[in-house]
Amino acid sequence: MALRTSPEVGGMGHSIKRKEDPRFIRGKGTYVDDVELPGMLYLDIVRSPHAHAKIKTIDIAKAMAVPGVLAVITGQDLAKYNLHWMPTLMSDTQMVLPVEKVMYQAQEVAGVLATSRYAAADGMAAVEVEYEPLPVVVDPKKALLPGAPVLRTDKKDKKDNHIWHWEWGDKAATDRTFAEAGVTVKQDIYIPRIHVSSIETCGCVAHFDKVNDKLTVWMTTQAPHAIRTVFALVAGHVGLAEHKIRIISPDIGGGFGGKVPVYPGYVIAVAASVLTGKPVKWIEDRMENLQADSFARDYHITAELAAKKDGTLTGLRIKTLADHGYTDAAANPSKFPAGLFHVCTGSYDLKAAHVEVDGVYTNKPPGGIAYRCSFRVTEAVHTIERMVDLMAHQLGMDAAEFRMKNFVKPEQFPYRSALGWEYDSGNYGAALQKAMDRVGYAELKREQAEKRKRGELMGIGISSFTEIVGAGPSKHFDILGLKMFDSCEIRIHPTGKAIARFGTKSQGQGHETTYAQILAEELGIPAKDIQVEEGDTDTAPYGLGTYASRSTPVAGAAAAMAARKIQDKARKIAAHLLEAAPEDLVWEPGKFSVKGAPDTFKTIQDIAFAAYTNHPQGMEAGLEAVSYYDPPNLTYPFGSYIAVVDIDKGTGEVKIRRFVAVDDCGNIINPMIVEGQIHGGLTMGLAPALYEEITYDEIGNIQGGSFIDYLVPTAVETPNWETDKTCTPSPHHPLGAKGVGESATVGAPVAIANAVVDALWHLGVRHVDIPITPPKIWRLLRDKGVNE
Amino acid sequence: MQVQVSINGEKHQADVEPRLLLVHLIRDVLRLTGTHIGCDTTHCGACTVLLDGRAVKSCTMFAVQARGKEIMTVEGLEKDGKLHPLQEGFMAEHGLQCGYCTPGMLMTSYAFLGKHKAPSDDDIRRAISGNLCRCTGYVNIVKAVQHAAAKMRNGGA
Repeated sequence: MALRTSPEVGGMGHSIKRKEDPRFIRGKGTYVDDVELPGMLYLDIVRSPHAHAKIKTIDIAKAMAVPGVLAVITGQDLAKYNLHWMPTLMSDTQMVLPVEKVMYQAQEVAGVLATSRYAAADGMAAVEVEYEPLPVVVDPKKALLPGAPVLRTDKKDKKDNHIWHWEWGDKAATDRTFAEAGVTVKQDIYIPRIHVSSIETCGCVAHFDKVNDKLTVWMTTQAPHAIRTVFALVAGHVGLAEHKIRIISPDIGGGFGGKVPVYPGYVIAVAASVLTGKPVKWIEDRMENLQADSFARDYHITAELAAKKDGTLTGLRIKTLADHGYTDAAANPSKFPAGLFHVCTGSYDLKAAHVEVDGVYTNKPPGGIAYRCSFRVTEAVHTIERMVDLMAHQLGMDAAEFRMKNFVKPEQFPYRSALGWEYDSGNYGAALQKAMDRVGYAELKREQAEKRKRGELMGIGISSFTEIVGAGPSKHFDILGLKMFDSCEIRIHPTGKAIARFGTKSQGQGHETTYAQILAEELGIPAKDIQVEEGDTDTAPYGLGTYASRSTPVAGAAAAMAARKIQDKARKIAAHLLEAAPEDLVWEPGKFSVKGAPDTFKTIQDIAFAAYTNHPQGMEAGLEAVSYYDPPNLTYPFGSYIAVVDIDKGTGEVKIRRFVAVDDCGNIINPMIVEGQIHGGLTMGLAPALYEEITYDEIGNIQGGSFIDYLVPTAVETPNWETDKTCTPSPHHPLGAKGVGESATVGAPVAIANAVVDALWHLGVRHVDIPITPPKIWRLLRDKGVNE
Repeated sequence: MQVQVSINGEKHQADVEPRLLLVHLIRDVLRLTGTHIGCDTTHCGACTVLLDGRAVKSCTMFAVQARGKEIMTVEGLEKDGKLHPLQEGFMAEHGLQCGYCTPGMLMTSYAFLGKHKAPSDDDIRRAISGNLCRCTGYVNIVKAVQHAAAKMRNGGA
């Protein structure tokens, strides 16, 4: 995309330095735990050691005797106000505090309120709870067997642990492709339970001002406006009205989806502040964060792929068990229970596909959030890219050539997939070819063949993914009925500087910079002269927040649309100043000039001043606009990644030698920031591929509940990512942009998994579930007789 | 217990519980909130500060263990309105996103560059391996530290 503005203006395409950095590099950010109010109390939470148990008694006497402890809040206390249960975003129900039984290890059991952090922790340790353990259901397959203990005894008439069944696609047509197939492959794939582990955990400071009846909550939320409405709906009956609720999302230390849900800790803190009239701070520690906050993924998939003998793909069939823990608390903004999982036909032109998903209750923490991806897209991409690779290997075809043969072709866009999505634009072959050239694909294949002769294990893995982001069009996307638009409000001051506010909330993505660049592009006002604000519901226009890579596709589009409204008014003012007809003016970023007389012009700054000092008769003063943008479609970023791995036969360790990532996110606002997003996303793709997993033993004890055994990659494990790009603009986005924050998280894990299988294929290995740990590979090699 | 420390060249005295963690002294008592907390097992390094020039994780020390010592936090990097080359490097190379791990990264890198004037990229990766970052994928952090090292070799600080 050609640059339309100078570096000083800093519109789209300029790698300007970030506006948020000066405060962060000085330690002057304001994260939620930095908020301190006079008289503030601290909340700590008693948690269950059992995965399933009846609560017999809660004895608070010893806790109340701890100096500084003021109160212990139990489910019985909240039940008086009917606040012991709350609705989930999926219209299921979740306990705030239990009155009868606990459903997972680390579940909230009681809140302890004290005058200091340490006193609250002492009080927490002193609460005595007597439990009666109940049978635990950990395995979702066993949860569905007849005779399995029914977990949701709170639901009248619930006789099993099945939550919902959902299916999509033409089953008969799909079955026909399999009946007529020349070759089929079938594979069980488990996408394990993982955790986003943003380096800042979750927390809040709730302050109920009894004089003004106003609740202010500083909280780690990616969606402050939606939270305000949810609070008003859930607690309206105890007097919290929406105009008296202010949610402030301060600087956020990483979100990745984990800061979308409403966790019980927030609600307990709010309740405690309303009851005491004092500010209450709740900050979870890392173990609470890992053990109780929403998990991601946990999909047990069986996939089948059909092709003709010549390697033309025809059909895809998927059955999945979705382990949701004890409630369906997925942060899923779509009307589909499995989110966007049915984008699983990926980058391939399939005739037919059919997907079935069944949600299941188990004794695990609730959730189902995205781990830095649109909901369930990584699961979809992992499945199709694994299956395509399996098919290519099965047919003895080169994995790249096989993909090229089956890609949706550039001339097919806009392309309607077999499962009904309308892909906006793409050029999949170009991205894969670029990745192959960059990595030296042919040479690597030769090297692999030589190494294999010597018994060395080297693999080359490809992932040619299609993302689906920017939720979303209101016909398919809402949160509890709130449509998934987003917003921008711009005010141009008389001196030509501006403030712009948005309904989204950055968690590190650099919105203060990129939104200013969009406005600089559209208005010609230098990005440095535009202040961007988000996250305060008292000042920002209503929006649905930041997740699912939606900020640029939705709020970024709103910024462009609001700026264009301002441009329209500016044209009329300029016409008035230049004594010309509005249609005789020519716009270029920053000024209107008279057609044919380029030296006769008015700058946007001149026009802004006139808007307050010399506006035309009959026109309202001022220069401001607001836009609520409802996207006509989702956007479909894509890319091709190639991983090269070497496997140590002695230890089973997978070493990533090279990783080339070619991404296409349409037109780019700030190339530096986009590349940074891809680096981070790739690292959050590496993490589940090789390291991260949360598992449970047979009685529901969490394994992986602290950073001791939940392995977030360090700089040593992380390869030096090699990135490149192609550019295929979105035809429906006002800026041609698509969103980029999550592509790499979606595309990377399966490139690594495919590389590992490629290295081991000749030994008879057809699949390895992630995380691909050294013991897993070591055992596999031992079973194949490769090592002793 | 009385504890006296010097932080960023300024003397402070406080009456604290013996079990108070150093990070809580810095953040909650002295209100220097640039130093962060990201875990409870000494893994993430968000709380890294310098103690007599050595990078330590302030969540794993008692405040009283720092008695009489010289502490430096992220707030002490900028001198007389001039940013440290590391701060400049992190901005120039996009070595930060959410900013939460950044103060710890800066302090670890500061101690490291004090001893290694011309490190390799691998040296830097090993040096910061006690500091977790979830946003950047480390590539640009390595570049940022190299940026600072080059500037410091040329007399930048």
